[in-house]
Amino acid sequence: MTKAGIKIEDVHLSFGETEVLKGVNLDIKPGEFFAFLGPSGSGKSTLLRAIAGFGPDPRGRILIGDRNVVGQSPWKRNVGMVFQSYALWPHMSVRDNVGFGLKERKLPNAQIRPKVDAALDLVGLAHLADRMPNQLSGGQQQRIALARTIVVEPEVLLLDEPLSNLDASLRVQMRRELLNLQRKLGLTTIFVTHDQEEANTTSDRMAVLDGGVIQQIGTPQELYDTPANLFVANFLGTANILKGRVEADGTAARFVTETGDHLSLPAGMRSSGSNIVLRPQNITLLREEGPNTLTGTISHKEFLGSQIRYLVNAGGTEMVVDQSHSAGLDWFETGTQVFLQTNTSSAIVL
Amino acid sequence: MSSSSSSSGAQAAGLSDRVPNWLVPNLSGLHIAAVLIALLLIGLLLVPVAQVMIVAFQDPATGAATLQNFVDFFGTSLFRESFWNSFYVSAMSVVVATAIALPLAYITTRFHFSGSILIQSLGFIPLIMPPFVGAVAMQLIFGRNGTVNLLLRDWFGISIPFMEGLNGVILVQSIHYFPFILINLSASLRNIDRSMEEAAQNLGSHGMRLFRRIVFPLAMPGYIAGAALVFIKVFDDLGTPLLLNVNNMLAPQAFLRISSIGISDPMGYVISVILVVFSILSLWASFLFMRGKDYATVQKGGGGMAKRSLKPLEKTLAYGTVILILLVVLSPHLGLLLLSFGTIWSFAPLPDGYTLQNYITMWEGSKTFILNTVLYAGIAATLDVIIGTAIAYIVLRTGIFGRKALDYLATAALAVPGVVLGIGYLRTFHQIDVPFTGEPMASWWVIIALALMIRRLPYALRACTAALQQVSLALEEAAESLGATKRRTIQKVVIPLMTGGILAGFVTSFATAAVELSATIMLVSSNNDAPLAYGIYLFMQTPSGRGAGAALGIVAVIVVAIGTIASQIIIERDKKLKASGDAH
Repeated sequence: MTKAGIKIEDVHLSFGETEVLKGVNLDIKPGEFFAFLGPSGSGKSTLLRAIAGFGPDPRGRILIGDRNVVGQSPWKRNVGMVFQSYALWPHMSVRDNVGFGLKERKLPNAQIRPKVDAALDLVGLAHLADRMPNQLSGGQQQRIALARTIVVEPEVLLLDEPLSNLDASLRVQMRRELLNLQRKLGLTTIFVTHDQEEANTTSDRMAVLDGGVIQQIGTPQELYDTPANLFVANFLGTANILKGRVEADGTAARFVTETGDHLSLPAGMRSSGSNIVLRPQNITLLREEGPNTLTGTISHKEFLGSQIRYLVNAGGTEMVVDQSHSAGLDWFETGTQVFLQTNTSSAIVL
Repeated sequence: MSSSSSSSGAQAAGLSDRVPNWLVPNLSGLHIAAVLIALLLIGLLLVPVAQVMIVAFQDPATGAATLQNFVDFFGTSLFRESFWNSFYVSAMSVVVATAIALPLAYITTRFHFSGSILIQSLGFIPLIMPPFVGAVAMQLIFGRNGTVNLLLRDWFGISIPFMEGLNGVILVQSIHYFPFILINLSASLRNIDRSMEEAAQNLGSHGMRLFRRIVFPLAMPGYIAGAALVFIKVFDDLGTPLLLNVNNMLAPQAFLRISSIGISDPMGYVISVILVVFSILSLWASFLFMRGKDYATVQKGGGGMAKRSLKPLEKTLAYGTVILILLVVLSPHLGLLLLSFGTIWSFAPLPDGYTLQNYITMWEGSKTFILNTVLYAGIAATLDVIIGTAIAYIVLRTGIFGRKALDYLATAALAVPGVVLGIGYLRTFHQIDVPFTGEPMASWWVIIALALMIRRLPYALRACTAALQQVSLALEEAAESLGATKRRTIQKVVIPLMTGGILAGFVTSFATAAVELSATIMLVSSNNDAPLAYGIYLFMQTPSGRGAGAALGIVAVIVVAIGTIASQIIIERDKKLKASGDAH
C-alpha cells in the first residue's frame, strides 16, 4: 500500500457560530501511528472527520500525500475510516460488508472474493464470512469494520475512538492487535481517543487537543515528562501543581510556594513560571523533616496493590503521593503529620 | 386479601384447618378482576368470532361440517370478482400510498427543508378523518364531473377517471392511510445512524447507489410495517366502498348479504373468514420479513441521518412535489368544508353559493346521532381504560396464570375486521334476549357500545401498558414497605402516576370510536340508536342530504382532531412531569 503523510495547515472549522477548530497545524509522517488525544469537545473527532470529508468544509489545507482534499467529496478521498460504532450494515453479511468498497470501485467479482478473504484472514475472522453483523461480538464487529476499511487499500487509516465500545480486557488486547496490524501494513494511521493510556501505548507521536487548539505534539514520553502547559500536565497522568514563583540566587534557583515553602531547583531548570508540577511518584513521604520538604497531614489513603496512594493536605493544597508497596512496609495512618520530600530534578516549572 | 382474614379470628383459623389448602385458593381482587376480564373478552370477542368461523364451515340447513360454502363462494363469479377487487384495491392503495409517503419522508428527513415539521404534522391530518367521510367530497373534486376534471376538460379537453369504480376506492384509501407509511418510514429513516451512511461514502459510494444499497434497505422494516397496516386496513374497510357505491368488494358483499338476505346466509361468514385470514397473513408476512432485522441503528457516538442542504433547482423541485402532494392529501378536507357551506354543488368547479343552512339542518336532523355517539364512545372508552389498566397491571406486575393470554386476547381484536365483529354479534346475540325488555340483544344499543369497546381496547391497552411501564416498580415497593396494602398502593401510587397515559388512551379510544362505521353499521337496528358515523352514511345516501352530511362530517373531523391533539398534549405534559420527577 502507498504510504502517504498527512499535512494539516492552518485548519479552522465552525459549526454555525461556534468555532470548533481554531488554526490547527500538524505534520504526520508516512507510516506513523499518530494519536489525537483530548477531552470530549476538544475538536479531535471533528478534525478526524474533516480529514475524511465529513461535516462542514474547513478553512485551510489538508494534504494527503501532496493532494489537498479540502472540498473533495468523501467518496473520492481514498482515506479509510473506522467508525466508533463500527457502522457495519446490518442488512449485509460480513462478506458483503467487506466487499462493499471493492464493488463500488467496480472490481470484477473474481477479484473481490480473494481480496475479501485476505482481509478477513488478516483480522483472523475468515471463518465468519457468512455471518450477519448482529451475530458477532463487539470485538469481532470491530475487526470486521477494520477489514472492511483496509481491503480497499486506503492511503491513510483513520480510527475514531475504535476501542470505546469494547470492555476493558478486550480493549487492551485490541489495541495491541491494532498496533501490530498497523506495523504490518505500514499504513499512516490516526487514532482518536480520550483515553491517555490508549494513546500512550499505541502511538508513535500524539497531539493533545483542547478547545480546538493543539496544546502539544510529541512522543508520549515527551508529553508526560515535559508538558508544555498545565493542561497537558494535568491531562497526561496525575499532576500535583503548586503555585508560587522562581527565585534565582546566583547560580542556585529555588521555587517559593504560596505558603512560603522553599524547593531548591536543580541547575539548568527553567527559571520562570508560577507553577511547579510534581508527579505523585516523585514525592517521598518522610517522618522527619529534611531538605526540600513540605509539611502535610495524611487525609486519605488507598491501597492499589503495587503502591499506596496517599492524599496529603499540604498547606491547604491536596497533594497526591504514590509510595511503592512491598510486603511488611509500614503505612502512614490517616491524620499522621508527614514531610513530603520532592525530587525536583523531575519536576517541571510552568 | 385472604392473608389478612386468616389471622382475624379463631373461627376463621378453625375453618381453614378443616378444609384442605388447595380448596381455598389465595384469591385476591386482582385474580377476580382477571377472571371477569377473561369472561368479558371470551363472551364479546372470542365467542362471536368463533361463531362466525364455525358458521362458515357449516351446512346452513343441517349444521354439518362442510367446505361447500367455500366451494360456492369461489364458484360464484361475483364473489371471485369481489375477492380479486379487494386484493387489487389493497395492493394498489399500498402502491399509491407509497408514492405519496416516500417523497415526503425522504425530503423531510434527509434535507434541510424549512417546513419539515409542518409537513410531518400535515401528514397526519388524513388520519383524523374517517375515510368514508372524505369519499363524497373527493367525488366532487376528482369525480367525472368534479372540479379537477371540469377544469381539465375546459383547458385541455381531457378527463381522468380518478374516481371511477375501484380507482375511487384506491384514491380515497391511499390518501387516508398513507400516514401509516409516512410515520413508520420517517421514523426508520431518522433512526439510521449517520455513520452507516458515512461508512459507505468513505468506501466510495454516493447518490442513488448509496440510497439503494444502504439507506433504503435499512429503512425497509419501517416501510414494511406501514405497508402491511395499510394493506389490512384497506382490505377490511367497509365504509369507503359502500359510500362510493362500489359493491363488488369483499366487505361490502358481506354487509349486503347479511343485511339483505339475513344472518343465516353463509356467504357473509365465508367472507369474514377470508378477511380474518388475510389480516393474519399480512401481519404474519410482515413479521416474517422483519424477523432479525432490528435495524434501529442509532448508537453511542452516532446521530440521526446527516441532513444535506438543497441546491436551488432541487429546492424548487422538492417544494413543488411537497405542495402538490399536500394539495391532494388535503383535498377531502377542503372538499368537505366547501360542501358543508355550499348551497348547490353540481357540474361546477366550486359550489354555487355559500350558506349556514346545512349546519342547521344537520343539527336538527342529527341531535340523536351526536348524543348517541357521545354515549356509545363514552361507554366504550371508559370501559377500555378500566380494562386496559387492569390488564396492564396484571400482565406487568403479577404472576397470575394466563396473564399473557389475556394480553394477547385483548390485542387480537386488532386482527378482527369491524364487519366480522358486527356479523359475529348479530349471530351470537340474536337468540339471546335482553333481561326485562325481552327484545333480542343483537338490536340492543348497548351491544353497539360493547362492540366499540372491543374494537378500541387494543389501543387503550397499549396506552395503559406504556404508562405503567414508566412507573418504576420501586415506587410501589416504597409504598408497600411503608405499610400500604396492595390495594392502597394501586389506588394511591400506581393509578395517579398512570393518569396521563390512561387519559391519553381514553381520548384516543373515544375519538376513534366516535367515527367507527364498519361494526356499527351492522348493529344499528333503528335510526334512533344510530351514532354519528351512521348518520353521515344516511345523509350521504341522498343528493339533498349531502350538505348536511358534510356538516356532520366536519363535526366528526373536529371531534377526532380535538381528541388527537388533546391526547398529544396529555402525553407531552405527562412526559415532562415524569422527567422532572426523575431529576430529583
